[in-house]
Amino acid sequence: MSTPQQPPTQTPVPQAVPDWQAAPGPSYTAAYTSPIPVTRTHLGHALASEWTKIKSVRSTIWTLGVFLVLVVGIGLLVAAQTTNEDFGNVPYTIPAFFGLVLGQICLITLGVLVISSEYGTGMIRTTFTASPQRHRVLAAKLIIFFAVAFVVSAFAIGFVGLVTESMHGSGEGTAWGGSVVKGALYVSLLGVLALAVGSMLRHSAGAITAMLGLVLVPAILPAFLLMSESLRTIGEKMLDYNAPNALAKIFGLDEGNGSGGGAQLGLLAGVTAAAIAGAFVLLDRRDV
Amino acid sequence: MIEAVGLTKRYGDKTAVYNLSFQVRPGSVTGFLGPNGSGKSTTMRMILGLDQPTSGQVTIGGFPYRKLPNAPRQVGALLDAKAVHGGRSARSHLLCLAQLSGIPARRVDEVLGVVGLQDVARKRSKGFSLGMGQRLGIAAALLGDPQVLLFDEPVNGLDPEGILWVRNLMKALAAEGRTVFVSSHLMSEMALTADHLIVIGRGQLLSDMSIGDFISANSADFARVRTPETEPQQREKLTAALTEAGGQVLPEQDGALRVMGLPLPRISDLAHSADVRLWELSPHQASLEEAYMRMTQGAVDYRSTVDQRAGLQQPLPPGAQPPVQMPVPGQGQPGWYAPPPPQQGGQPPFGAPGQPGQPTGPYGAPGGPGAPVAAGGAHPNPYAQPVAAPVADLTKPEDAR
Repeated sequence: MSTPQQPPTQTPVPQAVPDWQAAPGPSYTAAYTSPIPVTRTHLGHALASEWTKIKSVRSTIWTLGVFLVLVVGIGLLVAAQTTNEDFGNVPYTIPAFFGLVLGQICLITLGVLVISSEYGTGMIRTTFTASPQRHRVLAAKLIIFFAVAFVVSAFAIGFVGLVTESMHGSGEGTAWGGSVVKGALYVSLLGVLALAVGSMLRHSAGAITAMLGLVLVPAILPAFLLMSESLRTIGEKMLDYNAPNALAKIFGLDEGNGSGGGAQLGLLAGVTAAAIAGAFVLLDRRDV
Repeated sequence: MIEAVGLTKRYGDKTAVYNLSFQVRPGSVTGFLGPNGSGKSTTMRMILGLDQPTSGQVTIGGFPYRKLPNAPRQVGALLDAKAVHGGRSARSHLLCLAQLSGIPARRVDEVLGVVGLQDVARKRSKGFSLGMGQRLGIAAALLGDPQVLLFDEPVNGLDPEGILWVRNLMKALAAEGRTVFVSSHLMSEMALTADHLIVIGRGQLLSDMSIGDFISANSADFARVRTPETEPQQREKLTAALTEAGGQVLPEQDGALRVMGLPLPRISDLAHSADVRLWELSPHQASLEEAYMRMTQGAVDYRSTVDQRAGLQQPLPPGAQPPVQMPVPGQGQPGWYAPPPPQQGGQPPFGAPGQPGQPTGPYGAPGGPGAPVAAGGAHPNPYAQPVAAPVADLTKPEDAR
């Protein structure tokens, strides 16, 4: 469908452009010119705009608020229930893991809502009228959302780690800075993936459901796949790479395997990059 | 300056807009009319680069919208008043749009004042009434202080004070040398606001001319002539003279004559040379609404039918007569709005002048009633059928595709 429409849109351009260049004077200098200086827009403008957008809706407050309550609340409960001996060779941020498994859903929801709420309300038409450079808007959304999600989740994990260390610190624990960064990176990337999926599906409920499926199905399905001999390897891969297990590895809960979840993080980064690429391609091609 | 050339948009096998070519010039308010589903909003979206045309192109100042540097500073648009995130305050909504195009934040407060929303600037737009939403949309369109403005149904939901305000706003914007392109269904409003009209039906251009020409060309402008009632032979004499001069003469109930196709001074001259005294010679011009209804009646997609209420009625007892149903004006009667045709003999109802500037007689039909529609001369317009047979129009509405 897109191939035949290109030639007709291209051919009339040479006719119109000379017309504009030949006679800009009578049509435009006589016409109205604004006293407000016209600036050349760039990504910085889009970033400022997206920052205003994300902080001026309640869904941000709600999803991030619930995320913090889950991670910090569950984290502190777990920290209170554990003893100093439990942190022998695991990082002090482990209590945050249990909250993150639930809390990642909040970041997924926010990631989807950042874009799909614009499609749902029709705001996207206003946005793309104000910035016909659609890729700039999407890039700004991805950057702002990632920054917000990363800062908030790193803060939550770090806070739980600090409190846990102060409660159970016996002088020598394992270094836990890496788990803060990697844990925050993992859940933030999951949110960015959700944003990209939301941009492609353009529908809040659909995109959130798709993302929940992506997170939960690989965690549940292996139980059935492992029963069959032929599907066993697929089941084992799923078991290894599903989102809750990836977080478990990042927080050193993988029984001394020591991989630290690097492969899982890499896989998520790859999937996210592919989804972002798909979102950008579809963004320019589709009508809004 | 908005310029569309051969604009076509297909959704699957449905053609929303077909081969639309027009120009919207600066310095005047151009009205954009058409029945529901005729492709007005699709055209607006294509102008703004939201929808990609299937073929053809539309440019603003020579550039496609998406190639314009800092587009919102050159083009402002109100497409849909509900196209806002309801959870965001009016000010935040405008602020994020302003930041997107590098407009200083104080401009936001300025336009909030212009549209009269300064008191609710920090309220969430979810609670706004339809009229307040329209004002917010107009504020967004004015934000960039642009040269070109597009408004889709701007007075929708506004109170009379707001309608007056929008009318004056449009005129003031055009007077400043801006291009103002407005779509509306309110004919009385258009008649007061617009200087130029572009009318489409089923996605095709029906007319592109100034509002005065449009009314003259599409309605039964006529002169009422009354001869002394005591001398009926004078009436016949005048009828013969006027018919001979090329006018169409219809007798009216009360003995007056309805003359079409001749300017008033000419009627007077003819009467004088025929030695007929006149008791009345008065011009009658139809309203824009009548002219519009006449033009678009063949291109209406959604038409109401008479409500039979058959499903609600009890079966009649034997021997009872069903109540006689009086037809309601406007329901199920396609030709109800049509005033009498201006020309007899099967000419198109809108034998338009070729260019908007072409001189025509002040009353009656222009010189070439059979001329093709302006700007669409290459292909005959499928709706340019005699209004004398509106029923025939309905039986084959799809032949345009």
